Amino acid sequence: MNIRELPTREVTINACKLCNPLGASLVFRGIEGAVPLLHGSQGCATYIRRYLISHFKEPIDIASSNFSESSTIFGGGPKLKQALKNVIDQYQPTFIGIATTCLSETIGDDLQLILDEFNREYRAPGKPLLVTVSTPSYQGSHIDGFHDTVRAVIEQVATGGPKKNMVSIFPGMVSAADLRLLKEVLTDFGLDFLVLPDYSETMDGGMWDTYQKIAPGGASVDKIRAAGRSKAVIQLGRTVRKQQNAAEYLKERFGVESYQLGLPVGIRETDRLMQTLAVITGNDIPQKYQEERGRLIDAYVDAHKYLFGKKAAIYGEPDLVLGIAIFLAEVGVVPVICATGARTGKLGDELRCLLPELEGEITVAEGIDFDDIRTLVERVQPDLLIGNSKGYPLSRQSGIPLIRVGFPIHDRIGGQRILHLGYRGTQHLFDQIVNELIRARQDRSPIGWSYM
Amino acid sequence: MSENLAQDFAVTREKLLKVYPTKAARKRAKHMVLNDPDPETMPEIEANVRTIPGIITQRGCTYAGCKGVVVGPIRDIVNITHGPIGCGFYSWLTRRNQTKPIDDNDYNLMNYCFSTDMQEDDIVFGGEKKLRQAVREAYEIFKPKAIGIFSTCPVGLIGDDVHAVAREMKEELGINVFGFSCEGYKGVSQSAGHHIANNQMFKHVIGLDDTVRDSKYKINLLGEYNIGGDAFEIERILEKCGIDLIATFSGNSSYDYFANAHTADLNCIMCHRSINYVADMMEIKYGIPWIKVNFIGAEATAKSLRKIAQYFGDPELKERVEKVIAEEMPEVEKHRADARTRCEGKTVMLFVGGSRAHHYQDLFAELGMRTIAAGYEFAHRDDYEGRRVLPTIKIDADSRNIEELTVEPDPERYRYRKTEAEVAELKAQGFEFRDYEGMMAQMAKGTLVIDDISHYEMEKLIAYHKPDIFCAGIKEKYVIQKMGVPCKQLHSYDYSGPYAGFKGAINFYRDIDRLVNSKIWGYIQAPWEKNPELIATYVK
Ligand code: SF4
Ligand code: SF4
Repeated sequence: MNIRELPTREVTINACKLCNPLGASLVFRGIEGAVPLLHGSQGCATYIRRYLISHFKEPIDIASSNFSESSTIFGGGPKLKQALKNVIDQYQPTFIGIATTCLSETIGDDLQLILDEFNREYRAPGKPLLVTVSTPSYQGSHIDGFHDTVRAVIEQVATGGPKKNMVSIFPGMVSAADLRLLKEVLTDFGLDFLVLPDYSETMDGGMWDTYQKIAPGGASVDKIRAAGRSKAVIQLGRTVRKQQNAAEYLKERFGVESYQLGLPVGIRETDRLMQTLAVITGNDIPQKYQEERGRLIDAYVDAHKYLFGKKAAIYGEPDLVLGIAIFLAEVGVVPVICATGARTGKLGDELRCLLPELEGEITVAEGIDFDDIRTLVERVQPDLLIGNSKGYPLSRQSGIPLIRVGFPIHDRIGGQRILHLGYRGTQHLFDQIVNELIRARQDRSPIGWSYM
Repeated sequence: MSENLAQDFAVTREKLLKVYPTKAARKRAKHMVLNDPDPETMPEIEANVRTIPGIITQRGCTYAGCKGVVVGPIRDIVNITHGPIGCGFYSWLTRRNQTKPIDDNDYNLMNYCFSTDMQEDDIVFGGEKKLRQAVREAYEIFKPKAIGIFSTCPVGLIGDDVHAVAREMKEELGINVFGFSCEGYKGVSQSAGHHIANNQMFKHVIGLDDTVRDSKYKINLLGEYNIGGDAFEIERILEKCGIDLIATFSGNSSYDYFANAHTADLNCIMCHRSINYVADMMEIKYGIPWIKVNFIGAEATAKSLRKIAQYFGDPELKERVEKVIAEEMPEVEKHRADARTRCEGKTVMLFVGGSRAHHYQDLFAELGMRTIAAGYEFAHRDDYEGRRVLPTIKIDADSRNIEELTVEPDPERYRYRKTEAEVAELKAQGFEFRDYEGMMAQMAKGTLVIDDISHYEMEKLIAYHKPDIFCAGIKEKYVIQKMGVPCKQLHSYDYSGPYAGFKGAINFYRDIDRLVNSKIWGYIQAPWEKNPELIATYVK
């Protein structure tokens, strides 16, 4: 495994990561009745709203405490309290998730202190639950903001008590379609569950008959409270660090049986999830999934010859990169470049451990930007790029086809509905990848055959 | 406008204000007025003041206005965002400005997003060293004509001096390097950033190249950002008229055009809000008069062309302009007449930007559609009520925050482009210099004007009044559509455009016709929801 710490430059050219409060906002919008509030200048909230909206094609309200120059000198406490009051009056939320920004972090505003004051001053009934998380973007990236926020919600809301027949699962930053799939799986196992966050409806819902102040859907606060009483808890994502892992917290605090699994992409990782659920519930793996698995293997058999020896470059959120790399290795595609803008320090180790046979063939880069990805791609000449919309200029320039996965997808519709997980998601990815390679060959062929 | 609508709006206004706590309601009330176009009785509207915390606004930050709007579209400048990664990432080619490099050797740096991606150590110990190195590297890799450095919020706080770094690097690299103190919190919205960008481009770039082009009618077009190719269409028309466009600020532009802009003889302002500062400064320093134009709408385009011709006063130009209009209009008329049969009488709301909410009313009027409510996101009172109210605008702490440059006539290069007699003559013909009459003068009595509309107010407004189309930006688009109302994005045109000029007008008629008359809105309710009895009998 070639592990590269990139970039070696001070200037970042076309970053392959977004900032922490974006992850936080998305998590908060996966909670029922919640409004996210960013503590800082309004620009961050506006930018993040616009970015989430351009991927999900759904509205999202993110409030801000709207710092002015004087808040940077005297602190943003008064503005935050005012913001909370106004959000409560307009939206009557049951939950407000407050995330810091680089500005409030640099000033060093003490959120707890401000909220204590607010709680003393604000005595009206129906006060929402207030949860805070520290998300300075000069440490980490959007994916850190995401995991830190899940953990903060669990730490601040979950309580203990006698165990219930319930499983909690923290899926990481996956698509709305992925969330729906996970819920379906859990339901089919006959489980009561918490999926946190769950933005499958809030960020991918239907039309509204009547005006909705806050988009319906999301993980319920009652369920989040009950998380400490789960019989088991699963954190998806192998690169999630211990301090960010909410499952680990539930284990330490409430003694919940805890698992950390990879994102279920490909046969092996999905098998692991299915087996884990079978162990937790004592139930068999539902027939439906065994059939899906069978179809997927059948497809692997049918089409692996089109894939064998092909090379792919994958970039984006570290756990998605890892999941896709493991899946590609199953079908004979070498994930020659595994790149992420995040710095987990774990991606290389995980790949080495899971794909020992490819030692030496994979270049792993953390903290990379697209300019360095381009350099790697030019050197290795992969057959495919797999990642978000930000790789499109590279694809266009190099002529290498791009399979869009992950976040952000803002040059296509349906980014929120891309299914990556489970046998079904893998099937979808597999078909797409095979067809893309066939298309490239077909387009290049002088005959232009139309029969395989 | 019908009496009823005015009354309805009065009621709506009360309802919108009711949810706010008393103090917030008092503040918001001043931002919502029922229009009266008569300058004598026109109500005063509050604008360009801080959004109240917790009120979800359409507005962005000062940095967004400076880097994202004004300087971003210049294709051969490396723009380095000094800050943590988000600010730079989010302003990376999200405005759909287009640019056309002249040839293969020309630059196109617009696809790039440069950032110092500050880390904790930089915040604690200062980021100047990192910034200096980043500037060097960017120069080494791209050899650009100039480098701009943009400060984000944390930078202002830790006290990095971007201007000092810029000076040093200018010395070291031998190219123009300049900084912008455009920290997001500096102003109330992107508007402050426009002003900062105007100042710095004026100080550091405009006037560097004195080459005078050999052409008769030299103009600059200010405040046109080439969204969806608008500037290309305007360029086409101007060229056809024989008008020489020295510089556009800043759609389809090059650093070189800015450097040479002071050789033009007239400044034409499209977006008054974002660029009027530099027009004023160029008039004082170089003697170039400015006028307000609008190329959104076929009629408005014709009017603007005539105004330019009138300024130059040359019969040859006037004739040529008339010829161009006569050539272009029949096609426009044809499409307009057709679309109008399906669009006439429909209602429009526009809440966007600092000039678009006004300019697009012309286009809708051409289709016979009525604007019933409108407002800007980051405009000032003069954009609503006209420049006549300028002397009465209160200067608050936020406006004081933005540097006002003291400008003097240039000892060598100042030359007022018109003699006093010519100016007097033009004025006698009703020609308006340095004037913008604002949005409200054009809107009907009783229509609703809301400044800095909040997300909440917008949703309510749609729910109460169901306009036939609502114009806004991407942040608003999906909530509007969820309520079953078509949305036209006027920041990015939903991947369409151009909408400016004559051909643009035709595109717009077609797009709006399709939007407001689309069948999909009819499918929202399933048949069994629309008509439960029918299904029951059918199933039986
Ligand atoms: S940190 Fe400041 S400059 Fe950056 S997006 Fe937020 S408000 Fe704008
Ligand atoms: S200041 Fe920080 S939180 Fe705000 S947009 Fe920039 S990186 Fe993101």
